This record gives sequence, structure tokens and C-alpha cells, in this order.
Amino acid sequence: MKVVVLVKHVPDEAADRPSGTEASGTKVFAPDLTIDRGALSCRLGALDENAVEQAMRIARRRLDVQIIAVTMGPAGAERSLARALALGADEGVHVRDDALHGSDARATASVLATVVARLGFDLVLCGAASSDSGMSVVPAMVAEHLGVPVACDADAVWVGEDEVLVRRDADGFVEEVAAPLPAVVSVTERADEPRYPSFRAIVEARHKVLRTWSLADLRIRPETVGANASATVVRSVTPHPGERPAVLIEGASDVAAARLARYLTEHQLI
Amino acid sequence: MGPVLVLVEQHEGNGDTVQSRTYELLTIARRFGDPVAVARHPVDAACVAALGRYGATRVCVVESAVPGASPAVVAVAGLAELAWQMSAVAVLIGSGREGREVAARTSVRLGAGIVTDAVDVRPGPGGPVTVQDVCEGAYRVESVVRGDSPVITVAPGAVAAVPDPAVPVVERVRVRPAEPACAVRVVARTPKTRRPGVAGAAVVVAGGRGVGSADGFALIEKVADALGGAVGGTHAAADHGWCPPDALIGQTGAIVHPRLYLACGISGSVHHRAGMRHASTIVAIDKDPSAPIFRIADVAVVGDLHEVLPALLAELDRQRRQPCGVEETAAADTAVT
Repeated sequence: MKVVVLVKHVPDEAADRPSGTEASGTKVFAPDLTIDRGALSCRLGALDENAVEQAMRIARRRLDVQIIAVTMGPAGAERSLARALALGADEGVHVRDDALHGSDARATASVLATVVARLGFDLVLCGAASSDSGMSVVPAMVAEHLGVPVACDADAVWVGEDEVLVRRDADGFVEEVAAPLPAVVSVTERADEPRYPSFRAIVEARHKVLRTWSLADLRIRPETVGANASATVVRSVTPHPGERPAVLIEGASDVAAARLARYLTEHQLI
Repeated sequence: MGPVLVLVEQHEGNGDTVQSRTYELLTIARRFGDPVAVARHPVDAACVAALGRYGATRVCVVESAVPGASPAVVAVAGLAELAWQMSAVAVLIGSGREGREVAARTSVRLGAGIVTDAVDVRPGPGGPVTVQDVCEGAYRVESVVRGDSPVITVAPGAVAAVPDPAVPVVERVRVRPAEPACAVRVVARTPKTRRPGVAGAAVVVAGGRGVGSADGFALIEKVADALGGAVGGTHAAADHGWCPPDALIGQTGAIVHPRLYLACGISGSVHHRAGMRHASTIVAIDKDPSAPIFRIADVAVVGDLHEVLPALLAELDRQRRQPCGVEETAAADTAVT
């Protein structure tokens, strides 16, 4: 059974979180308004770690599981792939090409789908959202390219002989859905968190196979991806004053409660 | 001014009334062209009238040739087919898990661009201009979507729904969804009854010394149930036995990362803050305006929780009693008859 885990190299929130001030604003975005991954310290996405852990849990119950971690990104993304290998993936594939710079969700999904189709797969796992762009549409788009079912936002994943069972949260209900394999599953932060890799696993990860593929290797025409092929053109990025410092609500309790309820509704917290 | 497709969302089992966010989408759609409402379930006269009230010129009801296909799959097949046939200017879908999946699949089928969680959409010379919040709201990104029939998901409450009556034409569209995608099936669906634990909960309502008594904690529990959240407590609350010890939030208890943290009667000691400072939104209710919790809170309510919380419960109850859409369809119904 082949499990392909799609991972992403994202800016580390703990290291330098964009706080909304101009000073950090210039750091986050490069002059062409893409996220400047060179200036930020990046790491493997937290949800992607959960996806690797889910793959490991499947591997522990079966003997025939091969886990391949796939990432698409600039040179530094290898570090994220190395982390995925330390967490238990068997092989890594790094799609790297200068033409990919500035790719949107559409291009990303088509490139990842090409990679997954070439590798062959029974199950594709990925994080439900990335902490940087958070479009959360790539899993479903990859599934559509591959023509397979998708189960998004899984809190728990079980794999049977020919189907995958997923538990997820659906507005006041806990839903269990089943999809036949092959399928794409995206996991949330509520899925089991990865254990800390042992020193030995980290060292062994260095000896695992890590392949780098370019667009030419994948037979993708460079003009179909990257910033120029992107369907969206970013016009402006403006720092938006954050919620903190706080909204202060004072006065009579019923008025205060009404204002609080309105705040919660407006921010989609209820 | 071409057609703009809007995916209609209906309340399940509530007489199939249209959800209010659909009216918001129709309001946005009118800025670009003629709104075309795409429904996946059979619509009655009241629904059609309600959609017409917000400017829908056509209502297309998508029917699946394959029985038992999931609503998401039917929506994708219908939207892709209609967008291609009508060469739609844009496809608007409400945000949410299902909306996201429908948008993703539709955009791949159409080879179109996709924008998610737009907080505003305006017409522009080179195509629709969308506004998104990125990096957890720290930045606003304005972008132009190029190409034909871009698929845009719109955050709920992005704009206020404004009526603009039209008389819609109802059409039926029959689609045959692709087989493998149909195969996702719901095995079990259980309503969440038990209160969740604090770890991993999306909403946490916590009480501290200010709650005052075990009876006071019943109020915290009521609010937690109303918000669908977990109940947490500070060291003081756990020591007094007002809340179970596993609900303790802080350095030595649980460290939580909820979307909403409602701190009631908590001053915010360092110990407690260590356990909850990572919450995305912190709402604090306390009598003391100089309480340290207010320094990290997004919303600071200065007041007595024993008065504010019952008022909040009443307010939430009032909002729930008045589901959006029901009274509007009723109004539209009487207007037609």
C-alpha cells in the first residue's frame, strides 16, 4: 500500500509571527507580494506533521505500507522534507523549479496531482490547511485532478482493505464517512499529534532517498505554472490592524451582552 | 453583464428554506450581472419567491441522474455544466467545508481561478476584485481574478443582504455526476451531546474565583452548552471543587488552543495565562478593569459576570429563535400572494 503525504514548508509562527506592524510587514512579503520564504524561518507545517503521523499509524497496522512525502517549494523546503522523513516517511520527493515561484492553488494542485499520479498511490494524506495561505482547497483540487473521492478535515482516519473511514466534525454532528481507495484525505489539528522523533530516527532520515524533480522531469510546461499563469493577481497588501488591543465593552450588562453576542456572530465564533 | 452563478444553500429539514447567506451572495452577484440561483434540492414557490426578492433572475434546479449522489457532487456537476453553458462571469459559493470542496472541484473542472473566503468582491476592469484577510487577519490582500468563470467563496456576513425584487424563471438541469466521487458515503451521524473536554475543544468557557460558588459554575456550563464548547477552570475553581480537576487550564493543567476562549471572573495570573494565551480570540469578562487578563484579551467586558452571562444567554437564545431566512420567505410569500 502506497501512502503519499503532501507537505508544505511554511513560515514558523513561533519564530517570527507577523504582528501587523510595518516593521514585520516588510519582512513577510517580498517586492512581488509573494511570501518571502528566504527572510522567514520556515518549518514543516503543523498539520502536515499530523498527516505524516496518520500515515505512520496506518503503517504500524500493516506490513506493506510505503510512505512517500512530497513537497513543492524553494531550496529550503528540503528541511521540511527531512523532518517528514525523521517522523517516519520512507522517501521524499522535492519538486523544485524556479518557474514555480508564485504559483497559485490551481498550479500547485495540478503539479502535485502529476507527482502523485506518477508515484502511484492508494491514499493521499495532507494537512487540512496551511498556516500561511490557508486556502484549504488544494486537497479537493488534487482529488479532482486524480478523479478520486476526497474526505476533508478528518479528525481521525482508519484504513480498511479497500476503503478509508474518516471521522469529522459537521456543525453539531460527528460524522463518519467512508470512501473507497484510492482517495485523498486531509487531516485537522485534532488528529493525533506526532511523537517527538528519536535521535536515531533523525540520523537515519539522512540516509533515506530524497529525489528532486524539476518541471522538465514531470513534463509540465513552465508557462502553465508560476506567477504569470496565476489566475489571481495581487494588487495590494495592506497591514490590517489586529483585534488586539482589545475592544472594550462597558456599561449596562444587557447592552454589553448584546454587543458581545454581535461581536461573536460577526467573527463567526458561534 | 453576463450571468453570475450562486449556489443556493438550504436549511436541512426545515421546510427547505433558503439560508440567509445565499441572499448575501445574490446581493454580491448583482454587482456583476444577472444572478442565477443554482439549487440542489427541489424548491417550492416560497423559495423561488425568496430568491427573486434578492434579485435572482433564474433559478436552476439541479437533478442527479445517479440516485444517492452526495449534494456536493451534484453541486459540482451542476455548477460546472451551467457555468460552461452560460459562460458565467463568476461562480459564487458560501464558505465552509462543503463550499470549499465544491469550489475546488468546480474550478478544476472549469480550469478557472479560485479565491476562498473573500470578505468583499467588487467588479473591476480586468475581472472581479476580491478582498481577503491573510495571516490571521493581520493583512488585507486585494487581488484581481483573471480568466473565465472564476470560482469565489465568500465569507458569511461579508456584505449585508439587500433586496431587489425580480421574477425568476425556474429551470431544471439534469446532470450525471462522475462515478468515483459519488462514492463518499456517510456511515454514521451522531449529534454531539456530551460536553467536549477542554483539550482540542474549539470553544472553551472558563470560570475563575470571580464565579464565586459551585452554583455559579452552573451558569458557566450553560454558556458552554449554548456555544457548543467545553468548560474549563482556573486553579482557584478546581481547588474549590467547582469544576473537575481535568478541566484545569494553566501551566500544570491543560494548555488549550481554542478558537474562542471566554474567560469569566478570571483575573489572569501568569499560571493561567500560560495555558490559554494561544487561543485565537480571547473574550474576558471581569469586574476589575485593571485585571491582567484584559491585557491579552481581544474583547474586554468590564462588568459582573452574574449579570452579563444571563443577558448573553438570553441574547444567544433570541438569535437562535429567529433563524435567518424563515421570516423573510414568509414575507416574500405574502408579497407574492
